Amino acid sequence: MRSRHKAGSGTLRWMLLWVGACLLAACRGSGWNNPYPVSESLADTLYSSFSERPKHLDPVRSYSENEYAFIAQIYEPLLQYHFLKRPYELVPLAADRVPTAEYYDAQGNRLPVDVDSEQIAFSEYEIPIRPGMRYQPHPALAKDDTGAYLYHHLDPAFVDEINTLADFSETGTREVTADDFAYQIKRLAAPWLHSPIAGVMGEYILGFTDFGKQIAAQNQALQMEGDRVSYLDLRPFQIDGVEVIDRYRLRIRLHGKYPQFVYWLAMPFFSPMPWEADAFYSQPGLEKRNISLNWYPLGSGPFMLEENNPNLRMVLAANPNFHGEAYPHEGAAGDREAGLLEDAGKPLPFIRKAAYSLEKESIPYWNKFLQGYYDTSGISSDSFDQAIQISGQGELGLTDAMVEKGIQLQTAVNSSIFYMGFNMSDPVIGGDSDSARYLRQAVSIAMDFEEYISIFANGRGVAAQGPIPPGIFGSRSGPDGINTVVYDVQNGRPRRKDISVARELMRKAGYPSGRDQETGKPLILYYDTTASGPDDKARLNWMLKQFEKLGVQLVIRASDYNRFQDKMRNGTGQIFMWGWNADYPDPENFFFLLYGPNGKARFGGENASNYSNPEFDRLFERMKNMENGPDRQLIIDQMVEILRHDAPWAWGFFPKSFALYHAWYMNVKPNLMANNTLKYKRLDPVLRSRLRARWNPPVIWPLGVVGVILVISIVPAVLLYRRRERSAAR
Amino acid sequence: MTAYIIRRVLYSIPILLGVNILTFVLFFVVNSPDDMARMHLGMKRVTPQAVESWKQERGYDQPLLFNTSVPGFAKLTHTIFFQKSLKLFQFEFGSSDSGRDIGYDISQRMWPSLAIAVPVLLVGLLVNISFALLIAFFRATYIDFWSVVLCVVMMSISGLFYIIGGQYLVSKLLHLVPISGYDTGLNAAKFLVLPVIIGVIGGIGAGTRWYRTLFLEEINKDYVRTARAKGLSERVVLFRHVLKNALIPILTGVVVVLPLLFMGSLITESFFGIPGLGSYTIDAINSQDFAIVRAMVFLGSVLYILGLLLTDISYTMVDPRVRLS
Amino acid sequence: MPQFVVLWTDALILLLVVLALGFARYAAGRPHLRGPWRRVVRSRVGMGTLVVLGFYLVVGLLDSVHFYPPASDDDISGQSAPGEVMSLFDSLVPELRMRRETTYSAPLATHLYAKETIELGDGTATRGFARLKFGGAHLTDPAVEKTGDLIRLSLSGLLKGVAFSLVVGNLILMFLAVRAGNSFGTQAKHVLSGRTEVPWRVVLSTLGLMFVLIFWSAELASKYHLLGTDKVGEDVFYQSLKSIRTGLVIGTLTTLVMLPVAVLLGIMAGYFRGWVDDVIQYVYTTLNSIPGVLLIAAAILMLQIYMSNHENEFNSLVERADLRLLFLCIILGITSWTGLCRLLRGEALKLREMEYVQAATAFGVGHLRIIVRHILPNVLHIVLIAVVLDFSGLVLAEAVLSYVNIGVDPTMDSWGNMINSARLEMAREPVVWWSLAAAMLFMFTLVLCANLFSDVVRDAFDPRLRDSR
Repeated sequence: MRSRHKAGSGTLRWMLLWVGACLLAACRGSGWNNPYPVSESLADTLYSSFSERPKHLDPVRSYSENEYAFIAQIYEPLLQYHFLKRPYELVPLAADRVPTAEYYDAQGNRLPVDVDSEQIAFSEYEIPIRPGMRYQPHPALAKDDTGAYLYHHLDPAFVDEINTLADFSETGTREVTADDFAYQIKRLAAPWLHSPIAGVMGEYILGFTDFGKQIAAQNQALQMEGDRVSYLDLRPFQIDGVEVIDRYRLRIRLHGKYPQFVYWLAMPFFSPMPWEADAFYSQPGLEKRNISLNWYPLGSGPFMLEENNPNLRMVLAANPNFHGEAYPHEGAAGDREAGLLEDAGKPLPFIRKAAYSLEKESIPYWNKFLQGYYDTSGISSDSFDQAIQISGQGELGLTDAMVEKGIQLQTAVNSSIFYMGFNMSDPVIGGDSDSARYLRQAVSIAMDFEEYISIFANGRGVAAQGPIPPGIFGSRSGPDGINTVVYDVQNGRPRRKDISVARELMRKAGYPSGRDQETGKPLILYYDTTASGPDDKARLNWMLKQFEKLGVQLVIRASDYNRFQDKMRNGTGQIFMWGWNADYPDPENFFFLLYGPNGKARFGGENASNYSNPEFDRLFERMKNMENGPDRQLIIDQMVEILRHDAPWAWGFFPKSFALYHAWYMNVKPNLMANNTLKYKRLDPVLRSRLRARWNPPVIWPLGVVGVILVISIVPAVLLYRRRERSAAR
Repeated sequence: MTAYIIRRVLYSIPILLGVNILTFVLFFVVNSPDDMARMHLGMKRVTPQAVESWKQERGYDQPLLFNTSVPGFAKLTHTIFFQKSLKLFQFEFGSSDSGRDIGYDISQRMWPSLAIAVPVLLVGLLVNISFALLIAFFRATYIDFWSVVLCVVMMSISGLFYIIGGQYLVSKLLHLVPISGYDTGLNAAKFLVLPVIIGVIGGIGAGTRWYRTLFLEEINKDYVRTARAKGLSERVVLFRHVLKNALIPILTGVVVVLPLLFMGSLITESFFGIPGLGSYTIDAINSQDFAIVRAMVFLGSVLYILGLLLTDISYTMVDPRVRLS
Repeated sequence: MPQFVVLWTDALILLLVVLALGFARYAAGRPHLRGPWRRVVRSRVGMGTLVVLGFYLVVGLLDSVHFYPPASDDDISGQSAPGEVMSLFDSLVPELRMRRETTYSAPLATHLYAKETIELGDGTATRGFARLKFGGAHLTDPAVEKTGDLIRLSLSGLLKGVAFSLVVGNLILMFLAVRAGNSFGTQAKHVLSGRTEVPWRVVLSTLGLMFVLIFWSAELASKYHLLGTDKVGEDVFYQSLKSIRTGLVIGTLTTLVMLPVAVLLGIMAGYFRGWVDDVIQYVYTTLNSIPGVLLIAAAILMLQIYMSNHENEFNSLVERADLRLLFLCIILGITSWTGLCRLLRGEALKLREMEYVQAATAFGVGHLRIIVRHILPNVLHIVLIAVVLDFSGLVLAEAVLSYVNIGVDPTMDSWGNMINSARLEMAREPVVWWSLAAAMLFMFTLVLCANLFSDVVRDAFDPRLRDSR
């Protein structure tokens, strides 16, 4: 009896301890369900996520949104987009000012700025570099007392011990110079780095392609020697069009006129890269240990990658060597009222750390956001009604539940388009024949994108009237901008034509009621898609419904992304949906998706529908090099009209992005061009901690109920047990 | 004994070779290296040259089986088959198609997998055996009948439901544990509680039923009847005799799955965002990273064969009557 | 006259039915096979579950007869595209199939579950819960009338169900009475007091319950969406019913397609021993040691590539989905036949030592003849148990595979696909629970019945376990 009592009190003490620990945790501002260590709850840390590990963090290779989320904070290109001003404005970042082009003819004579673009043989950009920028602490730059690099000649035995970059104990830094920018441009040209923009740059930068060939040959020779350890040092080789004038000045020469070039300078492709990085990372054995520029960046920006564990989390920490930058003083109209200028002039960055956890799926992310464990979130269509309500006047607003939590909303029409493309080289739906054109127009009318937006994007989109999203030069709003092939104008607003019009077009195309006039067979169209997930089924069913309206049978050819791209490349697809995200805010970046010589099947370009119209191509070439203005608008209008008539795309829609953020998250303004906005963000960790504790009270009583049920269910068992035991003993 | 083990190990070599050839055929017939390259280079602006050099970089540019462009023995070694498939025998998994060292990732990711799988196995074993013993004790009563029915009912519920329902209830409504995620060290505990509980509950139905059958089989043996006839209490009979003798099939059943614990659970891990080998495999399937899938197939086969080997050995150790043939 | 289409799985289901009937005839003439079945038939659980499984089977079979509906030239009412393959089941429940809303609606609801922009007459728009096009469309003021209407429909459904079950029950009783040579009253007394050899009381009550359920749901489903609608407004009840066929196909055909291989190899290995045994053991150990999911994933990818290279061979979605289903069965079979093969090998090893087999060998009877005459009949019960036992596991596996996107075609109705999309729905607020609940309910019922039934079958066939009860 005695001993039993003792044991009982032991468990009790344990339970008290456990409850005490939990209470303590709760008091310190973190619920039981806090996914982060309790010690971090008051830190100035931003919490976000990544769903897929970034493939390349090397700025010459990276070209996707999820990678830019990191490297745009780490690397500083020459220019950046102004955080607040609209329309988008380029401002200097690593450069001292935004460079302007000087034009020269073939003989090298300087030309006036307003000269006709056909006379221009070269344009030249002289770019001054901001002095005093220094790289983040990094072992590649570590030197010993004699000034020799510590880690540039690693012992293989030493390498075997290394697992992460943090295993190198010493770090170093140095100033960023014009050489580093030139070095990066050379890396852009290096064939073994597969820079996605090498092709485009090769067309413009003088000597870029030749340089690539030259170093490729050199590299080949180096490999042939069998000396696999050495790497090709790019410093002795020169690109004709890239010249380092002095420590802080760089000059780039381009073929012809290319006004869009400055936009490229705002992308991480044009950020500085010290040659030491290549020398360091190319040492044998490191690549195999995942220690490479793809995983451990070396930049001069406000943040540096402190932890890179793509299986769990990635952490950005403030770069102690950051040269400093001030929050902008001026913004667009309304920014001051919105409180966006309160931090004007304060030094950036505000937050000390940004932790990105691996989060594969949207559902847990959304739930954690609501619990306060992520600071900001998009809205999936499934959680839309929970977050957003639309007032009688059609205005979007947050639901009461969100307002109560202090959550705020930001909306913006993306500079991207989501379209349904027709393969113009397809014998049935493609080509320049009237029949095919009617068919395409009929499908364009039948595809009720307004409904699509409403069902699958909860109205977060604008049905497209042409290829250019609002906010980009050339897009027209109001009655002038309506696509009269698909829409009627009603009260100045577009109204999708009735399905009977589409059926009439089908008849004109030779397919009355969806049957081939001549053979009497039902018309079968093919839709190529990569869709196979759970949510896609609904989408596919919806597609079938749209084509059923015309009496057309749609066959869905679902395949993986590989196969889909194969089909696109070979031009064997028929109907497909695809999207395009603008590289820079210029209409050229959208029209070139339909430019004949960009045909995907024939030339491997980005024109996936293989559309080719000589008149359109001619206008495109003229429009491309023009400055924004009424003349350009005129040509754009003509181009759009041709496209609407030919209907190589059913225009689809421009997605709108909605972002939610918590009350403790400040300085939010959607900027579709800039990726490096992390440095402007400010947090209030105390408020966050308080709200988290309030939102996540652990509900314990069900545990008690379960326990009671268990106990109750044991009682009859015990009784029975006693009885059996007695009867067995007897 | 040693000779027996050696013989068994040698026997597993042709099996692994078979697995190897099979996976090679499956993976390189299904997707040509060109397809892989295009997928991994991303969607914007991919040139044929980039594809070529991507292949070259990863050694996919060689012929599949026979290389005529090099002299001598290298004709066989400079091939995808040799480089990509046979190298697995040395546990050289190479780097994934996205460029990471697979061996390192596996060594990192097997711990979270084990952190779930081992508790699920142990707790599950404990719970299932206790339940089964209880049921065996009450055999041929209404408790027995309804327990078996309950087991069948629990077996008939899809495991997905336990996961979806459990997460919804415990994490979302009750705020008791984080919804998903993982952390290192002791911090991992709060992430593991729910998956482990769900894993155990999901296995109760089938497990309890199976152990109950084992116990009943044992109970009906003559020696148990004798023991009972001697007047031993039911409890003593169950624990001393039945459990002890049933332990042999139970343990050998466990030994078979031991090595496979490393592989982790596909669904649980990806649902709870636990970076183990199960979610590693799922991600690889979804992103069609064939290098990883290949490595996992091989690893899985090795572990399976290891399990068989361990079972055989444990059999002979527990029960020397089993002939070593 | 509709033009019938025989899909691959249809053909195999037909084959399965023929085989089952053939086996039944065969078994009826052999006491050692008839005996266990008699035990199954006499078990209350066995008969009760058999009735439920029967209903599933009927739906599945009806859904396996496909045809092109007779095309009418000027019919483009937007309901059914010309040339779309339909099943007999589809044509029996046209209203379930056709009545599509725009998006989610709760079970028995009259309004949508998500807010929509509703255009008012004067050109302005408001956002609210729109009335459903079909669900409860006959009501003028749902708020007032709905409850009454539901009760009325339920009562009428229940009454019809009861009436129908009474008729069917009496017919069966009459039949039994005639067969047993009893008067109707005595027979009824026997049955109702549970004194018949075959538990007819259980059969009749289960039948009655099912009929009542069917009539009740039919009555409600005729005016409402009984289990709500999904994201694109398709009736969830209809999807659940359509999924039955998928579940049954996966559960049965998987074992069937690999059965010849498993039986042949298993018996050969056990019978011939020696190098044949070695080779066969090698083959199945190798296959067995590859993790099943990975093998399935690789195979499904291969199929997708085949399909995209041979697009022209698949004229309709149904055919594509069907081929993928068949392929899934085959590949699931490949990963699961090894267990059966091993069992058969063991059994054949035992059987070949039997005196009558030894005697036959001594008389110089050919191997093939011995296998067919002496060994095959004696391992059939193992095969049968394997088929029954695997069934529920396979139905559950389908759901898991769909989660990993290597299950059935996404356009195909299956419980796995429903559960899969339910993952997203569970995150909604307010939560959309009915897809998950419906799939779970239908799947659970099927799997539970199959599990209980397989227990009965195993107990009946496996004397060792039977005695231990």
